[in-house]
Amino acid sequence: MNTELFGIVATYLLTLVIAIPLGKYLAKVFAGEKVWTDFLKPIESGIYKLSGINPKEQMNWKQHMKALLTINLVWLVYGFVILITQDKLPLNPDGNPAMTPDLAFNTVISFVANCNLQHYSGESGVSYFTQHFVFMFLQFTSAATGIAAAIVFFKAFRDKTVTSLGNFWEFFIKAITRLLLPLSIIMALVLAFSGTPTSYEGKDQFISLQGDTVHVSRGPAAGFIAIKHIGTNGGGWFGANSAHPLENPSYFTNSVELIAQVIIPIAMVIAFGVFIRRRKLAWMIFGVMTIGMFLLLIPTVSSELGGNSAIAKMGVSQLSGAMEGKEVRFGPAISAYWSTVTTIISTGSVDSMHDSTMPLTGMWQLLGMMINAFFGGCGVGILNYFIYLIIAVFISGLMVGRTPEFLGHKVEAREIKIAAIITLLSPFLILVGTAMASFVFTTHGNAAWAVQPKTWLNNPGFHGFSEMLYEMTSSNANNGSGFEGLGDNNVFWNVSTGIVIFLGRFLPIIGPIAIAGLLGAKKYIPESAGTLKPDTLTFSLMTFAVILVLNALSYFPALALGPLAEYFTLIK
Amino acid sequence: MKKYILQSLRLTAVLLVLLCVIYPVFVAFAGKFSKGNGGGEKIIRNGQVVGYALLGQSFTKPQYFWGRPSGVGYKADASAGSNRGPSNPDYLKEVNGRIDSLLKYHPYLKRSNIPADMVTASGSGLDPDISKEGAAMQVKRVAAYRKLDEKTVADLVKKATKDPFLGLFGPSSVNVLELNLALDDLKK
Repeated sequence: MNTELFGIVATYLLTLVIAIPLGKYLAKVFAGEKVWTDFLKPIESGIYKLSGINPKEQMNWKQHMKALLTINLVWLVYGFVILITQDKLPLNPDGNPAMTPDLAFNTVISFVANCNLQHYSGESGVSYFTQHFVFMFLQFTSAATGIAAAIVFFKAFRDKTVTSLGNFWEFFIKAITRLLLPLSIIMALVLAFSGTPTSYEGKDQFISLQGDTVHVSRGPAAGFIAIKHIGTNGGGWFGANSAHPLENPSYFTNSVELIAQVIIPIAMVIAFGVFIRRRKLAWMIFGVMTIGMFLLLIPTVSSELGGNSAIAKMGVSQLSGAMEGKEVRFGPAISAYWSTVTTIISTGSVDSMHDSTMPLTGMWQLLGMMINAFFGGCGVGILNYFIYLIIAVFISGLMVGRTPEFLGHKVEAREIKIAAIITLLSPFLILVGTAMASFVFTTHGNAAWAVQPKTWLNNPGFHGFSEMLYEMTSSNANNGSGFEGLGDNNVFWNVSTGIVIFLGRFLPIIGPIAIAGLLGAKKYIPESAGTLKPDTLTFSLMTFAVILVLNALSYFPALALGPLAEYFTLIK
Repeated sequence: MKKYILQSLRLTAVLLVLLCVIYPVFVAFAGKFSKGNGGGEKIIRNGQVVGYALLGQSFTKPQYFWGRPSGVGYKADASAGSNRGPSNPDYLKEVNGRIDSLLKYHPYLKRSNIPADMVTASGSGLDPDISKEGAAMQVKRVAAYRKLDEKTVADLVKKATKDPFLGLFGPSSVNVLELNLALDDLKK
């Protein structure tokens, strides 16, 4: 095995070594049991007091959702105002301009929703004030929102019949004080001492060795890049995201960033099992997610290591694999691993440019985001998985002719309706969005927008279609990566993806919480011989099949028009 | 509802102080003790900054080792990749042109001696490194131009080569700026 593949294995194993204990720790923190970080309690009490919050106050699922939506709305308004006035605010040493309203609309939704799709470039589009007081702030709070929502969901299944599901603010604040902030501090220091800038100085200028004048964008990036990964956000400080040498200086930091973005999503699955006292169920879910991850990862790595067949025909050596859009210090192997991780986890940061990856790699990236439940984003990944699970419960129930049950609660029409709506929402947003974009591109090519539709594709043919499909898929999945060749800073993409991100964030949070809240409040039915057990191998396979079938049926035609068609033209 | 709005506003204010003032100021303070004191590690020759240790810069003159093609001309305030798709005909033509141009300056090379990283643009447009093969293919040209013997230049390449992390993980790479600085230092 060569050192590049060895790097992937080591990174993955190290991820598990950190994530599994972290999961057990999280379960204890949110169950209110004793943990070693209890010395932080005074800080939390301080925050409760200053904010007028009583953490003992119990909420039902509707009150939880009200609290969640209210504070998210506050952030939307706050962020929007800052973005359109940033040129007049302090900490803008490079003198960058304010955002246009449509760009600000898109950007603030994108960061509130933990998506971090970026239609601006970090170097020229925002001030340090915005980077910290809007983006970095939202990177913490959106991740904490997702985690808090997941804990509400856990609560619903911990005891037999419950309606009071804890306090939203408590979960939210603890997610920051006990998890996101401490991990971010550690990681920020690792990055700072590996070469990522931390100071508030503006642009620098120097004359290069052969006499060119070079301007260097910098800024206090280390803390931002830490939470960008810990919180599965993915928005870059610089335009090139984690491919940028200051954002990701070495192979070592690359592995650190890779590990950082997966540990919480994996830990949440483990925490679920410990919290509801059904560890076997958690391991089964973990198994399905892991198999799904490897089924996407292995062909991705193999297609990148294989290189570009059109370039192979020119006779040059692609010893290490496809290099367009990749950095030499990482190499194609770990870049391929990153592209899988960042698309299944909904981070959306990149250490290589996805637009330039091989056609089949593009397909696996798209599929990872379409499924969006193999670990998934901070907290929301397990909520997405839950929807598939409920559908699997329902279908299995029909197959054996019994009323479907999940963990002792009857799953009835209302819950199934919610699950069906959430399931259908993704293909609806992605496919309708892409169809609209294609329509505008073909029939309104000359519209007088910031980027004319006829010029918004960076690549012709099938790949161009993939660029539009990717943008919509990434928005709906709250992923935030892009086929960045797309000229997306214009009113069409800003508004359409803004709406898609918003719906793709909040409905898939409300839906599962509603189902969990409704189920949790129902009478508990003790297990009998006829009970469908969700923690068996058979049922896990069933869930896996549901995931495959639903996604294949929804997306195969679109994938055939984009990456698959490109693949077949390249090999002919 | 009103209660939630008020709590949201107050909590947002408190967290802004914690997450956007205390946290980054602490990191900035710690960063002062890193190489480059938090502003990025600079490389200084004769009292002048000639580059950033981590950032690639454009090398086109024949006495220097060349770096990778860049989608943004090594502009360190506008990082980006080329975002060219693998099947794009214009892109493939461009790659072919880069191969031809390399062959012109290195007439001793066969196409199969050229590694892909030397004819493809990096992700950031600021890639500081090239592969070992990418450096090896340029040794003869640089040596001839500087009237050095090939072994001296090859030794410098070896010195600028970074092995895989801990010798086990990831690729090896050659830092172009470091290598070219070592070449320039030879003259003195």
